[in-house]
Amino acid sequence: MKPGIRGIAVNTFRESARNKMFYLLVFFGILFALSSKLVSFLTLGDAMKVLKDTGLAAINFFCVLIAIFTGINLVYKEIEKKTVFNILSKPVSRDEFIAGKFLGLALTMLTALGAMAVIFFAFVAVSGGGFDLGILLYFVMLYLELLVIVAISLLFSSFTTPILSFIFTVSLYLIGHVMWTYNEFKDYLAIPLWRAFTQGLYYLLPNLHKFNIKNEVVLGMAIDPWSVLFSVLYALAYVLAVLALTVLIFRRREFQ
Amino acid sequence: MKALEIKGLKKSFRSNFLIRKYNILKGIDLDVEKGEIYGFLGPNGAGKTTTIKCIMGLLSPDAGEVQVDGRPADTAAARQRIGFLPENPYFYDYLTAREFLLFSASLFNIPEKEARDKVAALIHRVGLSGHEDLKLRKFSKGMIQRLGVAQALVNDPDLLILDEPFSGLDPVGRKDLRLLILALREQGKTVFFSSHILQDMELMVDRVGIILDGTIRRQGKLSELVARSTQYVEVVCDRIDRRELARIHPDSTVRDNQFILTLASDADVNLVVESIIHNGGRILAVNPVKMTLEDIFFSEMTGGANGIPTSRSNGTGAPPDPATPGGKP
Ligand SMILES: Nc1ncnc2c1ncn2[C@@H]1O[C@H](COP(=O)(O)OP(=O)(O)O)[C@@H](O)[C@H]1O
Ligand SMILES: [Mg+2]
Repeated sequence: MKPGIRGIAVNTFRESARNKMFYLLVFFGILFALSSKLVSFLTLGDAMKVLKDTGLAAINFFCVLIAIFTGINLVYKEIEKKTVFNILSKPVSRDEFIAGKFLGLALTMLTALGAMAVIFFAFVAVSGGGFDLGILLYFVMLYLELLVIVAISLLFSSFTTPILSFIFTVSLYLIGHVMWTYNEFKDYLAIPLWRAFTQGLYYLLPNLHKFNIKNEVVLGMAIDPWSVLFSVLYALAYVLAVLALTVLIFRRREFQ
Repeated sequence: MKALEIKGLKKSFRSNFLIRKYNILKGIDLDVEKGEIYGFLGPNGAGKTTTIKCIMGLLSPDAGEVQVDGRPADTAAARQRIGFLPENPYFYDYLTAREFLLFSASLFNIPEKEARDKVAALIHRVGLSGHEDLKLRKFSKGMIQRLGVAQALVNDPDLLILDEPFSGLDPVGRKDLRLLILALREQGKTVFFSSHILQDMELMVDRVGIILDGTIRRQGKLSELVARSTQYVEVVCDRIDRRELARIHPDSTVRDNQFILTLASDADVNLVVESIIHNGGRILAVNPVKMTLEDIFFSEMTGGANGIPTSRSNGTGAPPDPATPGGKP
């Protein structure tokens, strides 16, 4: 990797890693994941299932929160505080800048998720759950989803304010999770043009539901390796497409 | 080949929902020779920063071209040889000075090992020794400015482009920076810096370009600009009656019981002096006064009435209107 891209990535990671907010969110993620033990006492049924179910949901929530907040802020702040002048006046192309930022964010998310995952694994083990390969797979899939979210928030933050980026990214996140219902009702769409339009949107918007395999993992159901492979490829393609769009926008940007 | 050459650079900004167009740069032409210190002088809002941003590719010009060392400036190869200090720089406040300089070095693709030695030397060179591991949020404005100069030198550039490098520096800092820039010229480097403060320029630049309202009004060697500029002659005398003096020369002022007569450069000074002596006066001094950069600057600012010094620190008031020198270069 070019030292420039690596430098930007490391610096981006360093920025998150020296931010108190980051630790707070990781801490809360862990706290809530561990408090799933409490929930499992209070509810009926298989305690281990409840523990996994609640714990994974907590980790998911806080990781998505971290992804959105770091993603929408980092590029915007570089532009707002004009630190970007320092980077782009050096032999670093705008493409490399975006690549470095994305890699730094990916590293940040790996650290956040990694910390929560390790603690959660240990927690499940001492609670008598043993090592569960399914949970590992769940975290891998969650990481892919986080990469997509980070890429999307990076896209928005390269041309608009954090508030708008936040609204857009959260909207896309929510849409991404209910999109699968589209297949249920698309047959009721009578007007062909409308159908074609929504079909187009369906392929354009991020199908994040694909990455959520919590039910399968918690209930111990079989996971189709082909669908996992498809999700990996889907995430990579989606991230690359969003980054390409970001670069196209960012190349034309002026810095005043 | 020029170190930096700008031809016909134009830039406008649109605002008010793209309705109004403001022409900020109206065709900038300037050139910087290799190995010289070039002062880019102009009042606030003249377009210095806009020009510099166009050089660095942070803004894309509407028209014109910028060449560095005979090549287009907007390439990575060109930027590899340039050191740049932005106006009012801000750096990541969560980094230490050393971390920030190492980061800057990485952007020039300098290998880490080599960068470490360079950074240590640079910290010393800009006078930040002892602060290398301090977080930048604890840096004063002057220290940030010094750090900014250090990061501009991290790639050992041929050309330095500094936007208002003296702002935020105390007298010691200004002197240090002046010596540093002079030392860089000794090393054969080219320094292009902007300022709205004349003293920064007068002490060290080889050539100046005066920018006003988006156009270059004058460019040339400082010594030539000043020499070509009109002189006037001051005659200081005392022990003479004021009315007597008024007959000899109408334009005089009084200070500390001394009279100061201001004569055009081509006036017959001998005749005036003889008349004063003849009337019992005592000649204390006869001073030829050259225009300073400040005078040239103000004459440009007040609408190109070339050659009239409008403000003199010694308070002699305006001299008679002398012959105006030739047109702009
Ligand atoms: N983004 C912008 N939109 C509109 N006008 C701008 C913008 N940036 C700068 N200007 C105007 O351009 C002029 C030149 O600004 P600048 O280049 O910063 O001047 P200088 O550096 O010489 O003080 C100023 O009048 C400023 O108000
Ligand atoms: Mg400026």
